[in-house]
Amino acid sequence: MKYLPLVLGALLRKKWRTLLALLSLMAAFLLLGLGQAVNSLVEGGAEFLGVDRLITQARTSFTQPLPLRMLPRIEAVPGVKRVGWSQFFGGVYQDPRNFFPQFAVDPARLYDTYPEWRLDAEAKRDFIATRNGAIVGRVLADKYGWKVGDTIPLSSFIWQKRDGGNAWEWKLVGIFDGRDDAWQKRTGIMYLNFGYFDESRVAGAAGLAGVFVVRLRDPAEVDTVAAMIDAQFANSPDETKTQSEQAFQIGFLRQIGDIAFIVNAILGAAFFSLLILTGFIMNQSVRERVPEFGVLKCLGFSDRTVLGLVLAEALALCASGAALGIGLAYAVTALLPADYPARIDTRVLVIAAIAALLLAVVVGLPPAWRAMHLKIVDALAGR
Amino acid sequence: MLSQTREIVLLNLRSIPSRLGASLVIVIGIAGVVAVLVAMLSMARGLSRTLEDTGAPDRIMVLRGGSTVELSSFLDRASSTLVRQDPAVARLPSSLPAASGEVVVITEVVRPGQTSGANVSLRGIEPSGMALRPELRLIEGRVFRPGLRELIVGSAARSQFANLDPGSVLRFRGTDWRVVGVFASGDAHDSELWADLETVQGVFRRNGVSSVLLKLANADSFDAIKARLTSDPQLNVEVQREGEYFRSQSAGLTRQISAVTTLVGIVMALGAMFGAINTMYSAVSTRTAEIGTLRALGFGRVPVIASVLAESLLLALAGGVLGAGIAWALFNGYTVSTLGSGFTQIAFDFAVTPALLVKGLLWSLAIGFIGGLAPALHAARIPVTEALRAR
Repeated sequence: MKYLPLVLGALLRKKWRTLLALLSLMAAFLLLGLGQAVNSLVEGGAEFLGVDRLITQARTSFTQPLPLRMLPRIEAVPGVKRVGWSQFFGGVYQDPRNFFPQFAVDPARLYDTYPEWRLDAEAKRDFIATRNGAIVGRVLADKYGWKVGDTIPLSSFIWQKRDGGNAWEWKLVGIFDGRDDAWQKRTGIMYLNFGYFDESRVAGAAGLAGVFVVRLRDPAEVDTVAAMIDAQFANSPDETKTQSEQAFQIGFLRQIGDIAFIVNAILGAAFFSLLILTGFIMNQSVRERVPEFGVLKCLGFSDRTVLGLVLAEALALCASGAALGIGLAYAVTALLPADYPARIDTRVLVIAAIAALLLAVVVGLPPAWRAMHLKIVDALAGR
Repeated sequence: MLSQTREIVLLNLRSIPSRLGASLVIVIGIAGVVAVLVAMLSMARGLSRTLEDTGAPDRIMVLRGGSTVELSSFLDRASSTLVRQDPAVARLPSSLPAASGEVVVITEVVRPGQTSGANVSLRGIEPSGMALRPELRLIEGRVFRPGLRELIVGSAARSQFANLDPGSVLRFRGTDWRVVGVFASGDAHDSELWADLETVQGVFRRNGVSSVLLKLANADSFDAIKARLTSDPQLNVEVQREGEYFRSQSAGLTRQISAVTTLVGIVMALGAMFGAINTMYSAVSTRTAEIGTLRALGFGRVPVIASVLAESLLLALAGGVLGAGIAWALFNGYTVSTLGSGFTQIAFDFAVTPALLVKGLLWSLAIGFIGGLAPALHAARIPVTEALRAR
């Protein structure tokens, strides 16, 4: 700590140079922060999802709805606690840009399969009792200013009504919250009463459940129960693919493609450019101060201390650049609407810290090495 | 003054090799920015090109009224038969209407090395569907036989996903499907799997079609047939030119990619610009004595400014050329696939076009100019007496 004024003095020697270096470091760490926030979303964004839930979808594709008649056979599989189903509704509110996910579900089964949602008892009863009832998450209710009792018209781009139209009216009977922060963030969705949905859609589609949501007695049995469910329907027209809810969500996001590759390529290029830039600045700064290092050594500073001083300078520069960049990235992601859940989480912070440390060593070591091996006589002469 | 400027600029440029390290910093920094920028823009360009190239002016698509994508469209057999009886529809040599009712369903295939599936369109076509699309070439194997569970796969789908080589077997709804051929059409269909319409309808339990593709005898009759079909009380349909349909599919995704590219490009360009300013300042400070001498000899301020700017622009240009070259070498023709608006995978090639290369070079020059401006003005303002004393 006693060397701190010395390190600061070296950095403030040419304020403009340090400031500019800091700004370009900040730009790079801003990109790193944003890129890794997206990566976090793709790689591990679903980590908090229930470990005791499986999703059973049609093996061909989750867009192929499974028939409701499979329900008793899934319920009969040992280890299964409760089964619900969920049909993607694909509705837009007022304007095609107002899209949010809606699922037609059986209310009572929803409460059992998703205990993470908090809904008061009265609303729970109303959702079961109201044929065209719907409940929405808090995030969504706040976004559109809905309150209980409102009628919400949705135009489905998938489901036609029996009378040929595709305009559906839903009565809002409750607003649900999440169990904790992570779940609260996911309340940007809407659940519709399957009863009204099923009796009103075109006759050919009635009785299709969509995907099944299976809650298990014991999370340790995920793989065995999934295999047992799939075995039930092997070689039938409705073959299934059962996986944990987490795997289902990640698979869904992976569809977007080689995001990780593109993000990493950008970060690689940005970092490489930066490495060279900061390395050059450090080198330049050490070269200019050769006589000063000579003086320091005369005063009795050991070679190692000089090495440490230069490295500390590099670290201070990289760390403050990283802190500024990540701070900015944090501000940017916090401004994103709830539909883009990319956030700066611990994983991103750890990656940024490691990157800053590595960068400091790579750019600081060559000039530090040089400063350490300076001969006092040469240094004082500025050679 | 012009000759002064020329002399001093040349003098300065000739001395660049002595400041090689500092110069390389600018070149490499800007090369990184331009490479990333061109690569990302070429991705957006490649995607929109693939979708915009799909469709011929004399082909139209008929979807269910209100549908914007084939996936959510459904036409029953009666409608499918009725629309092709329109007088504007061309006739095949067999004197049947040049039309193909097609059903599109989503299937899952895996990417190489992954276990989670990616959505891919399986398109069931009528036998005439191949003849309607003369741009489509079979590059391997043969066409599927009607009535058999056989598939032909698009060339992009084959390269992006595992297990789609001729001879391999896919499993849909409890049935085995054999891949018998590979086709290439150079457009959005390259990401699809194709099979016989009625076989697909049977296995996927569809009794109608998603869309009907019609070939017009005369491309100009589009407005007439559109008016006739949309006003027919027996029908509830949406009529679009094939090209229009695919263009509308690309709009949203291209816009998103462009927005991200601009954001990333600006942040990177700022980073590189700060670097360039820094480097040019140090270039000026090492040349202080030289600049002082020149000024003492009677060279004006403008030539000094020009010399610093010329150096910065030249280095930036070198970086731009290097970066654009890297982007071209690494990414031109690189194939990726992503989720398209039809909720299925669309594969496309990065397209590093000359226009994008020029754009990359312009960005590099802009960075070089702004990066060099402040140091250049600074160089011109140093008092001669002080500059001469510099070591």
